[in-house]
Amino acid sequence: MEVIRSQKRTPSNDTVSNPKIPLYLTAPPMEVRLEEFELFAVDRLRVLKGVSDGLARGRNPKEMDDLVDTLWKEHMRDPDASVMLNKDIISHFVLRLVYCRSDELKKWFLSMETALFRHRFRLQNFEAQRAIVGEFGLPYKAVTGAELEGLKERLGQVVRSLGQISPTVEAVYYKVPFEEVPDLVASRRVLIQKGYAFVAGSQLVSLVVTQFRSHISKALILTNRKWTTTIQEREKDRLTPIVEALSTSYLGPDYSQSTEYAEISLMDIDQVAKSSFPLCMRHLFEKVREDHHLKHGGRMQLGLFLKGVGLKLDDALAFWRAEFTKKVGSERFDKEYAYSIRHNYGKEGKRTDYTPYACQKIILSAPGAGDHHGCPYRHFSEDNLRAALGRMGLSSRGMEGVMDQVRNKHYQLACTMTFEAVYGTSCDAGINHPNQYFEESQKILKSKTPPAPV
Amino acid sequence: MTREEIESRGDETMMDAAQIKNQKPEEFFNVNYLRIYYGNLFPYSDIHKWLSYGHDGKHPGCDEYYFGRREFSFTLENDVYLRYKSFKNASSMEDAIKSNFPYKIDIGAVYSVDPDKRHAYSQTGTNVFTPVERELVFDIDITDYDDVRYCCSGADVCSKCWPLITVAIKVIHTSLTEDFGFKHILWVFSGRRGVHCWVCDPKARRMTNEQRSAVAEYFRVYKGNENNARKVALMGYSLHPFLARSYVDYLKGFFEGELQATQSIFSTKDKYEKILAMISDEDIQSELRGKWENSARSSLSEEAISLVRWEQLKNTLQSKKHKAPTLRMCVEEIVFTFTYPRIDLEVSKQMNHLLKAPFCVHPKTGRVCVPIDPNNCDEFDPLAVPTLSQLIEEINSGGSRMDVDDDEDSDTSLLAKSIKFFRSSFLEPLLKSCKEEIESSYKTKIGKSKDSFSW
Repeated sequence: MEVIRSQKRTPSNDTVSNPKIPLYLTAPPMEVRLEEFELFAVDRLRVLKGVSDGLARGRNPKEMDDLVDTLWKEHMRDPDASVMLNKDIISHFVLRLVYCRSDELKKWFLSMETALFRHRFRLQNFEAQRAIVGEFGLPYKAVTGAELEGLKERLGQVVRSLGQISPTVEAVYYKVPFEEVPDLVASRRVLIQKGYAFVAGSQLVSLVVTQFRSHISKALILTNRKWTTTIQEREKDRLTPIVEALSTSYLGPDYSQSTEYAEISLMDIDQVAKSSFPLCMRHLFEKVREDHHLKHGGRMQLGLFLKGVGLKLDDALAFWRAEFTKKVGSERFDKEYAYSIRHNYGKEGKRTDYTPYACQKIILSAPGAGDHHGCPYRHFSEDNLRAALGRMGLSSRGMEGVMDQVRNKHYQLACTMTFEAVYGTSCDAGINHPNQYFEESQKILKSKTPPAPV
Repeated sequence: MTREEIESRGDETMMDAAQIKNQKPEEFFNVNYLRIYYGNLFPYSDIHKWLSYGHDGKHPGCDEYYFGRREFSFTLENDVYLRYKSFKNASSMEDAIKSNFPYKIDIGAVYSVDPDKRHAYSQTGTNVFTPVERELVFDIDITDYDDVRYCCSGADVCSKCWPLITVAIKVIHTSLTEDFGFKHILWVFSGRRGVHCWVCDPKARRMTNEQRSAVAEYFRVYKGNENNARKVALMGYSLHPFLARSYVDYLKGFFEGELQATQSIFSTKDKYEKILAMISDEDIQSELRGKWENSARSSLSEEAISLVRWEQLKNTLQSKKHKAPTLRMCVEEIVFTFTYPRIDLEVSKQMNHLLKAPFCVHPKTGRVCVPIDPNNCDEFDPLAVPTLSQLIEEINSGGSRMDVDDDEDSDTSLLAKSIKFFRSSFLEPLLKSCKEEIESSYKTKIGKSKDSFSW
């Protein structure tokens, strides 16, 4: 696969016989534009992160099938089937580069790609599935004719033993060495005879997923070797920075432009903080009110959040001034703090309009002594976190679920569960950004306010 | 060894003969006997041939270091335990055993490198010390059946409960050959209260831990502990063909015949309450209880009573089984609870698990761990297995001639029969097949290198 600068793309000549799911066995000989390199990868990453979220929430297989279908259609679809296929293949190989670089990354990528493959496979019809099995070059023969007749009775017994009252012996069975389907053997879901398991078409997933997983696992090791020995150095000015950024990227909206839901004024701010701020921002806000001061990290995290929430520059200046001057005096405020607030709004210096921090960035920050920024789910002690959650109104039962997620280091899921407990509603998308929390919360609260009497 | 040679060995042997005459009947085992056993009777070269799997150095395709990569462990007197022992060849193994007199010898896996040199290799990366081959093994111990045998408990075993092991051998052996297609299977008496099974096909030796675990789970039916009364739960509308075959060919007949005769599982209130607890319907339980409490004054034998009650139970369940899904196969569940094999899953799941070697002597009983013929396992009697003292006595009275190879018919020594069986029905077919495999993979390798021109 060759990555090129923006040029007309040469039509790809890959004669992939049309299976709907490519197997990523070899990197295809096509040219890829540099922009596509990153864009395709980002789209696929959205799908994989969606899969990850679904699994962490314990979705059952059918729900995962639907989730994968939705995610794929949303991010990877293209009206032109061959373009869609190319995007599929290219994005996978780019992400291999991204995720081969450490054991932890490899493990995540392998799990998600395998799950993605499993559910995409399940969504295919039987003919397509058979074609894919064939693509793997698995030497499994379909059992037919007299051999199948001789086995029919016992195959029916297997089906009945699994809880189906009238045995529908499927049309096709595959004769597979029993070693290749250990999970089907262990649960006695297949007939075994003379070392061969008779796997029904509908059970093919197990077989195929094992092969897929094993292949990707080996490929990642090879890719890693190539990366560390040649590619990383060779591409240090071109692809390497993109690859390194992709594994930590946040993929949601950036909230730099506030929306209709999110205009707040100074008068409302205390009330809104209590009702709609996520825990991290509530804490910072309370500390500002309490201490009339915040250190730099906290000023950045809260300040940008407030901008995203719709606080205008003038109101922001008034807010910070009102608090800080209780401690440091008006002149010092103008000299030392006002400038950086204006800077955040893009009115000073290089005039970049800074974007509010996403959860990922906040979680990775390192608050020190005297700091109050960061993610409470990560950075607070258990006792402090429980106290804070109590003040938000969580019951002790709700708190347990949240603490469980915290123990498993799923900080964003913990925040999502808090959201769900506070508003009594489910948040399927999951919280990825404090401003998202705020917007969702406002949506719910506004929909609950009774219409004004006429 | 000839009689002359035995007598010329000097005082040592004669002193032992005197000792034997004065021995207490319980003294089946002691270190001196063990020394003589290791000196004269332990079949070193047979064990070596087995575990070499044809790599005897005679064929260019042989791996001469194969035997040396096998782990052995010795348990010495006073429970001193030596792991990661390995031997270059049969004679170094023999020397080590004769100088250590281990009370127990365990066989482990074949590793990627000589276990002796394992510290030179890291645990990660490409040059690792890791198991590469190991027989698929099973361990069946009668103590796992304590909740369903009434004649003995703990370490004891008798002619009434040993048949449970016999049935287990039949069920597992049939499955290993019919379902899994294995051909080279060795069953060995564990010396006191159970059996071990060694599956030695090349395919079996190369199985991963995951695959071993899958086979062990395939065999697993009993999921019991003190907390549940219904320890076998057969769901679905029929039995899986493997379970159905085991039930029809072995378990049902055994339960309704021999088991009732030896264990009389319905004859007293304690016993039948246990069975009633397996029926998940209180009404049926009360109905049967009512019938049985009142017939206590019957003049029938215990066995006859049990059979009558079993018939009553079956009839009642047959008419009522549609009442709930958990009653559908309640009759089968009861039969399985009492008769289906109970293997120790942990032994089978990991390649590096050590298992006692055949032809060891059990320190508590003095009995030799002899092979069992799975096709004739009804004939096997654990209480008739030669003990160490019997063997020593036989040597001293000049009755054994250890040239087992010559004069097959006239050799009646106690151990010779077992060794002959080991050779003819297990070792010889195994080695023949190993040699064929080495030959053919060598030919393939040669063929491949002829075709390539890599410089």
